Amino acid sequence: MKRVVLLDYGSSNLRSVAKALQAAAPADTSVHISAGAGELRSADRIVFPGQGAIGQCMQRLRDLDVIAALKDCLRNKPFLGICLGLQSLLTTSEENGGTHCLDVIPGDVRRFVPGPQLKVPHMGWNQVIQRRPHPLWERIPSGERFYFVHSYYVVPREQALVSGSSDYGVEFAAALARDNLFAVQFHPEKSQRAGLSLLNNFMRWRP
Amino acid sequence: MGLAKRIIPCLDVDRGRVVKGVRFVDIVDAGDPAEVARRYDTQGADEIAFLDITASSDQRNTMVEVVEAVASQVFIPLTVGGGIRALEDVRRLLLAGADKISINTAAVQRPEFIAEAAREFGNQCLVVAIDAKRGATGWEVFTHGGRRGTGMDAVQWARRMADLGAGEILLTSMDRDGTRSGFDLDLTRAVSVAVPVPVIASGGVGTLDDLVDGIRIGGADAVLAASIFHFGEHTVLEAKQRLARHGIEVRM
Repeated sequence: MKRVVLLDYGSSNLRSVAKALQAAAPADTSVHISAGAGELRSADRIVFPGQGAIGQCMQRLRDLDVIAALKDCLRNKPFLGICLGLQSLLTTSEENGGTHCLDVIPGDVRRFVPGPQLKVPHMGWNQVIQRRPHPLWERIPSGERFYFVHSYYVVPREQALVSGSSDYGVEFAAALARDNLFAVQFHPEKSQRAGLSLLNNFMRWRP
Repeated sequence: MGLAKRIIPCLDVDRGRVVKGVRFVDIVDAGDPAEVARRYDTQGADEIAFLDITASSDQRNTMVEVVEAVASQVFIPLTVGGGIRALEDVRRLLLAGADKISINTAAVQRPEFIAEAAREFGNQCLVVAIDAKRGATGWEVFTHGGRRGTGMDAVQWARRMADLGAGEILLTSMDRDGTRSGFDLDLTRAVSVAVPVPVIASGGVGTLDDLVDGIRIGGADAVLAASIFHFGEHTVLEAKQRLARHGIEVRM
């Protein structure tokens, strides 16, 4: 059996992601929840979920002492980041008075500026335009809607990493892809069929 | 093209079963929550809301089990409300698979609860539910299912809740709730323009055009309805088709 390990660092969407992974898993894949560096290192694939505030997310990762293991996995295993699991990969975030993040992808995380027609958080089903083909987009049409809930968005220094984009007052990166890494701003675990397809694609992906 | 307006069917749950509505005289058992949720999911619901109307607190654990069961089968956002007063309640429901927690009376009794919960879980999962009744000069916030007035202005209260950390406002007109005569559009509009966070309009939906008005005239980001979907008068898909016909962006 292939092992997908879902990192448990207290993210509130942990169970939802676990349930969706289980529903989408191919027959040869088992889903495990773990907070341990050892489990991460022995996994075949990693899912890094996230929801909430970035300051607390970074603090919990430090408390669990899993940052080195996460970074090792990012070098060679298929790795899926979700929401804060995307944002925390950048260099810095404006959230919580400026937060230093993992700096795996150079760039920063900015807040949407609310306006009369622009409620923040950006909450609901928005279209994701696929900027380039990727195995994780298989069987998912460009322009498909996914469920978003976030107040901050990522701005990678390298535009070529943007695999999918959405529009909310500004055009922003909804998905980044680099080698064995794929990370999304939306919540595939809450995006019905399209979300389950993406999770299934991830578990079959051979980067 | 961009963000779609949302349609949210609401289920009243009593002791683990869907019932046809807290404000209806004859509460009729309408089924298993997971089954009903699956049906709405298939019809294209954008989210599903569960209101726990169970009176006795020793039955509260049942809601956690309901959420567990639904979240294993339905992969769209789930909002749970009703009697939630402590951070521990929020945590248990989120861990069971809820995405958003709706808080009403507890916020009125202790507004800092919203700030504490937002710090702990993030504002994206905190919905503040406001029950409002029209008064001489505006709308007053009520609690306990509209039975107890608070003397607070609903628009100011909504703004304060958003400041403290509410990620969304679920706004119910107590004057319209159960009347099927349409949303209180003035109220919806007043709150929508006053807060920077999304607003869900609720209370009074009797026809599909009421949903259109809530969005077009009321300025709501999402509309919640119970009875028009419950009694099988309309499907969620029909509601979306009606919205789309009026040029409102929906997820089809």
